[in-house]
Amino acid sequence: MDMSEPQRLAGMPVDNAGKSFLRVERLKKAFPAAQGKGETVIFDDVNFQIDRGEFVCIIGHSGCGKTTILNVLAGLEKPTGGHAFIDGRSIEGPSLDRGVVFQSHALMPWMSVRGNIAFAVRSRHPEWSREQVDSHVQRFIDMVHLGGSESKKPSQLSGGMKQRVGIARAFSIQPKMLLLDEPFGALDALTRGSIQDELVGIVRETRQTVFMITHDVDEAILLADRIFLMSNGPGAVIAEIVENPLPRHRTRATLHREEGYYGVRNHLIDFLVNRSADYAARARVGAWTPVRVRPGSSPSPT
Amino acid sequence: MSGLAPERIRSLIVTLLILVCFVGAWHIATSSTAGTVKVDEEYAKLVGAAAATGQKSTFPTPVDFARTVGGHIANPFYDNGPNDKGLGIQLAYSVARVAAGFALAALVAIPLGFVIGMSRVLYSALDPFIQVLKPISPLAWMPLALFTLKDSSVSAIFVIFVCSIWPMLINTAFGVASVRREWLDVSRTLEVGALRKAFLVILPAAAPTIMTGMRISIGIAWLVIVAAEMLVGGTGIGYFVWNEWNNLSITNILTAILLIGLVGMLLDLGFARLQRLVTYRD
Repeated sequence: MDMSEPQRLAGMPVDNAGKSFLRVERLKKAFPAAQGKGETVIFDDVNFQIDRGEFVCIIGHSGCGKTTILNVLAGLEKPTGGHAFIDGRSIEGPSLDRGVVFQSHALMPWMSVRGNIAFAVRSRHPEWSREQVDSHVQRFIDMVHLGGSESKKPSQLSGGMKQRVGIARAFSIQPKMLLLDEPFGALDALTRGSIQDELVGIVRETRQTVFMITHDVDEAILLADRIFLMSNGPGAVIAEIVENPLPRHRTRATLHREEGYYGVRNHLIDFLVNRSADYAARARVGAWTPVRVRPGSSPSPT
Repeated sequence: MSGLAPERIRSLIVTLLILVCFVGAWHIATSSTAGTVKVDEEYAKLVGAAAATGQKSTFPTPVDFARTVGGHIANPFYDNGPNDKGLGIQLAYSVARVAAGFALAALVAIPLGFVIGMSRVLYSALDPFIQVLKPISPLAWMPLALFTLKDSSVSAIFVIFVCSIWPMLINTAFGVASVRREWLDVSRTLEVGALRKAFLVILPAAAPTIMTGMRISIGIAWLVIVAAEMLVGGTGIGYFVWNEWNNLSITNILTAILLIGLVGMLLDLGFARLQRLVTYRD
């Protein structure tokens, strides 16, 4: 399909540092500049690692390239430079190993709820019988509490229900890793809250590795073990990696009463409002290593 | 819902009123002049006594017309030799030619449109040919078809083929090219094979657009078949119209015109129904 693929494969780098599940090394995305000379760098020198079973959220302003990073991890986009490894193997294209939940839910409108999920399940298990597929699909429909809506078409569902189907579809192929592109961005606050709770439960149960884009600071604190903060583009970098100091079993209802919650929250908001614009110039000087932060354990760097 | 029924009845009343006015005007216009027409003397010599009195060649009254239509409907499938067949048989010939030409065109246009829609390079490469060939009146191909195919009936089918192919080809290519990227991305992340993607994602996504193309095509094909059959002769509703013109039977011509309209409407309704079947709400 892609003529450049064989060459890429020939020089395919091997991940030898590798105990981490996912490793991203010196990732760069650039486009030819509008004037024709040079290039516009969206982000450069992006490095991070994600462990198995870890939930990572990435936050940054629009245009910093979060979605591009996610698409590179999904294999839907090729980076201009750098590499991404999963399980020690370089990501060269889309794979059933990585389930993606799209921001726009991306359900097929001519298929029912069951049909949409079954389409994914049959892709993963082409050898399965109809009964096997059906029972597997039903399990994941029940998981997102959509029992009773199996035969409905996406157009008959609310925004929250559609996104639940998207989540069920991504989970149903039981991927090694889940990539979520701002899945709750278009939902109202109440719906968002209840789906977040569901996602927390499912992820905890399945011990799924998740990489998620969000704009919502509270969502990140609720869900993520670590939060990557991206500076503004162009020339964006991962400026800080914030470890979530709150206990793992947190819920939406009690989140704001946890000790240290406001520390993390203030730190994140402070970054987004005050500091995210300052990194491009500093990062250009040399190889940039993100600052590791654990709010609460030391005075916040304001 | 309660407001809908009276509205439908109201429009039905208006429709009937227009029909009554039309038939009434027709009746007044034809009955007052019937039999009183003076024809040119030389013309009278040429066409014979019956025409000279103005009986046969005058425009029929609605009653004449209704009687003729009734006669045709009562006996649509008689066959008294090459120049006297029932209207049912003539229409069947025309519909069969349209169906054959249309089916052949669909067999070529839909797969080709699929390929063109998938490849931007092919799209641009074939676009000049399509743009030049599309505006050619399908009947312009007739002499060439007669010359190369050497069979008038096959030539008529060829002409239908040529006129049905463009809307289907262009709509299929457009429908396939504009399948939403997110659906393709989903298929890619699920590692869906090429065939499965074509039939389960791209085809249903593009189906409404393809169906629109097919509906336009069948409409054009039905327009063209009448003219094509007038040219090639032998059988078909187009030939019937031309033959009745030679017989100076205006009533038969009017009957044929009405039936052409009705069959065209049925074809369109059929495709509208199919279109509704494949349309999805987003």
